[in-house]
Amino acid sequence: MSLRRRRQLVPWLLIGPGLLWLAVFFAIPLANQLYVSLQTGDPETGYQFTWAFGTYTDAIADYQEQFLRSIGYAATATILCLVIGFPLAYYTAFKARPWMRNLILLLVILPFFVSSVLRTVSWQLILFDDGWIVARFRDLGLLGDDGRLLATRTAVIAGITYNFLPFMILPLYVSLERIDRRLVEAATDLYASRASAFRHVTLPLALPGIFAGSLLTFIPACGDFINAALLGTPRQSMIGNVIQSKFLFVQDYPTAAALSFILMTFILVGVALYARLLGTKTLTDSAV
Amino acid sequence: MRTRADRVRAWFLGLWTGVALLYLFIPVFVIAAFSFNDNQGRFNFTWQGFTLRHWENPFADPDLALAMKNSLLIAGISTAIAVVLGTFMALALVRYVFRGRGATDMFVFLPLATPEVVLGASLLGLFLTMAVTTGFTTIVIAHVMFTISYVVVTVKARLEGMDRHIEEAAMDLGATEWTAIRKITLPMIAPGVLAAALLAAAISVDDYVITSFNAGQTTTFPLFIFGATRQGVPPAVNVLATGLLVIILLLLALNVMVQRRLAARDRAAMPSR
Repeated sequence: MSLRRRRQLVPWLLIGPGLLWLAVFFAIPLANQLYVSLQTGDPETGYQFTWAFGTYTDAIADYQEQFLRSIGYAATATILCLVIGFPLAYYTAFKARPWMRNLILLLVILPFFVSSVLRTVSWQLILFDDGWIVARFRDLGLLGDDGRLLATRTAVIAGITYNFLPFMILPLYVSLERIDRRLVEAATDLYASRASAFRHVTLPLALPGIFAGSLLTFIPACGDFINAALLGTPRQSMIGNVIQSKFLFVQDYPTAAALSFILMTFILVGVALYARLLGTKTLTDSAV
Repeated sequence: MRTRADRVRAWFLGLWTGVALLYLFIPVFVIAAFSFNDNQGRFNFTWQGFTLRHWENPFADPDLALAMKNSLLIAGISTAIAVVLGTFMALALVRYVFRGRGATDMFVFLPLATPEVVLGASLLGLFLTMAVTTGFTTIVIAHVMFTISYVVVTVKARLEGMDRHIEEAAMDLGATEWTAIRKITLPMIAPGVLAAALLAAAISVDDYVITSFNAGQTTTFPLFIFGATRQGVPPAVNVLATGLLVIILLLLALNVMVQRRLAARDRAAMPSR
């Protein structure tokens, strides 16, 4: 076998098994999902393929509210993560001493080693109606008429923010840490104010991190249903909750499949638009 | 020159960082504290006094013990498979120029850009269509599927920062391609592979969403906790979670100590300048 042919063959031998796994258990299921979404029938008699595009229009009409809520909650949580995470990442990259830097990063990652479901359950306990936090919030008059924190929109959004904060912090830190500080010094030497040096030098250089961090937060947040299930009520239910219950409890597979297909399409289109907006080179580059 | 304004800014940023870290840790502290709560009845919601009784036998509940065992087994098996498959993919994507590389790169990235609920639901759809009974094996299949991409991304980052010339030198000296990979490349990327394995294992142990779709009658640790929320999560869960965190902290401390020792030994062995 010629060397040229071999050079073409070796990479495919290396990639083959993994690619096959992803094809069978990721790509084919997505295609199958599309197929299932076009079926009609009911759980007793089974489902037949009938090109039932009506499922999509029905799904959008029936669950528009949950879709909009998911997007709203996820977007709010992403912005909150950015607001909380950016100063932290900035401090860690530029102000902290080396040993402090490692300690902060370790502390950001450490909560991951405690089950995320359990941490959400723990928020349930913290925000619980007779708890200390709720009492303080009541004293300050920050709570609405029913005087509750648990089972409100605030609790669900706070839970999502909490859950995905490290996903925002880590890419932000990586992109800030790479910035050559001499560029900022050069800007201030050339009479840029602190604020304009930040706006014209630091912020543009941190964009890949902001991009990657917001994707890593927004995408999982959109599909999340643990926070809405544990910290909210059906009035806060998100699209993930609907997909899960349609699939596992109601066994209305076509609607569940259509909903998850719509969610997936929305996210892919959103990611593409966002990438264009920020002018980032390629998706894969910024995500790594 | 540091002005007063600079100091105030640094101080404010430091305070912000401290408060944000506290936010990340509040639930962890609560979990640890309530593993010592002398709770009466099923619920472990209010503080009723200190006790060590939950720590005496955290595996007393057979369902919880089985869930934990399943979680660890699933993490072990799926991590091993994902690391092997993913490392080979990363090698090919960084080391070779071939037709379809860009497309493969993009395809491997896609599962990371898909919400977990879609991944879980689609895979269950396939199992239903194929009339496959869901259980332990289907959980492993699902976990391998969604951790491969993390492995590829992590190992690729390591490979990209690596000097290619050493492998080339080995091959110039008569090593075959496979020997070069085995003797040079793999040892050099070992830290990246280890990091990828840890990441994959951590994600697998922690996963609720995808697992909930493909678990059938099998329970894992996160499924057990979620299922227990309605009747009250038993304190034994707090004990296991806290214990796991302590073990990880000890391993980290041990790692730092070993690294220090090795560094000190290297310094001692080096001729002084």
